[in-house]
Amino acid sequence: MTQSNHYDAIVIGAGPAGLTAGIYLSRAKLNTLILNHGTVGGQLVLTHEIANYPGVEPTSGYKLASTMKKQAQSFGAVIKTISQIPQISVDGSLKVVKVGDTSYTASALILTPGGTPRMLGVKGELDFKGQGISYCATCDGEFFTGKEIIVVGGGNSALEEAVSLSKYASKVTIVHQFDHFQAFPAYVEEAKANPKINFIMETLVEEFVGDGKLERVLLHDKKTGERKWFNTEGAFIFIGYQPNTEFLKGLIDLNERDEIVVDADMQTSVAGIFAAGDSIAKRYRQVTTAVGEATIAALAAANHVFELKRTEKVTA
Amino acid sequence: MTLDTNLTHIASADEWKKILEENENVMICCGRMGPMCIPVYGIMEELEDEYKHVKFADMLFDLPDAAVIRNAPEAKGFMGLPFTMYYKNGKVVKATSSIQSMEQVRAILDEQFGKPQN
Repeated sequence: MTQSNHYDAIVIGAGPAGLTAGIYLSRAKLNTLILNHGTVGGQLVLTHEIANYPGVEPTSGYKLASTMKKQAQSFGAVIKTISQIPQISVDGSLKVVKVGDTSYTASALILTPGGTPRMLGVKGELDFKGQGISYCATCDGEFFTGKEIIVVGGGNSALEEAVSLSKYASKVTIVHQFDHFQAFPAYVEEAKANPKINFIMETLVEEFVGDGKLERVLLHDKKTGERKWFNTEGAFIFIGYQPNTEFLKGLIDLNERDEIVVDADMQTSVAGIFAAGDSIAKRYRQVTTAVGEATIAALAAANHVFELKRTEKVTA
Repeated sequence: MTLDTNLTHIASADEWKKILEENENVMICCGRMGPMCIPVYGIMEELEDEYKHVKFADMLFDLPDAAVIRNAPEAKGFMGLPFTMYYKNGKVVKATSSIQSMEQVRAILDEQFGKPQN
């Protein structure tokens, strides 16, 4: 059975961008629905400390996300948790969002699906998640006290977390696929100055093996082509994020990295569909950038809705 | 000392035992307020109204009494928070380590305790 619900605007995603859009839209007295798949707050709740959000003293990502959620709801935004990936289509000026048997329509849509920590996608990775393989140093670092571990990646997170993990581990080996790091120089220098940290460059991780828990990884030297086993009891993976845009393919323009392409008003290739946050094509991904983009997207979406209402009224 | 969630908190081994005795189906997430744990608490909060035949609770990993979960044979080899335990009639039927998705949690609940009857 199909139910139908019309809103002025629908936001897909409830991370910092989605919640900000919800705040602005509902404050503009637009009937606003936020559909969220996953945890409200998105990647923000996974951030231990937010120290550079203007006007807010250092706080946890969880608390900041909780405040944003309450703020959006206080202005009237409705947040619904969905367990299925929405299907989106366009019918004239209407945007149709189908979730299971329920269809929602809106005059404007703001996409803020965010990103997901990228997995290596190699053999054994899923088998040892939580039993040697981790994606969070602050959560699981102490389980590796006195053990030899590897960190996979070469960006800011990888270098920063490697230094953090050196407080617990007896030895940390950073395995990176390129001959240089993408991290800021300060992070690289700090890691290089740490006597517990070693580096294996231009090398790929190809497989994880062990008996009940992680024992070895198969490394592939890109320069020589040589493959060899490396003994380790832990592997921390920090290789960036994948935009959650699979469900948008064919609807709007995505770039070669599957990021949403937007204009200066945060509008996508389809009129009335806007986007903001970690899933759009951009260089810097911060809570503050997500919030800024969502502000623009919400203001442009509100203008789009008001214009449609005015036109419909004039026409009628 | 308890976690800052909206779930039922277990603060001692006695409370843990009581919950297992009083409920046929129990899911307990044992962790901290960290990035891998919070999403699992969030999922449990979302599912609590739907899975009325399951008792959802959490327990602070650092409590001495949380040894009932930390040292459970089923958690041997776990090296990632949170430790999540699923009990049927007081016996562990499933245990997971580290972050889990909504789909993964649902699949375990459906398999071990049956889908919600609405």
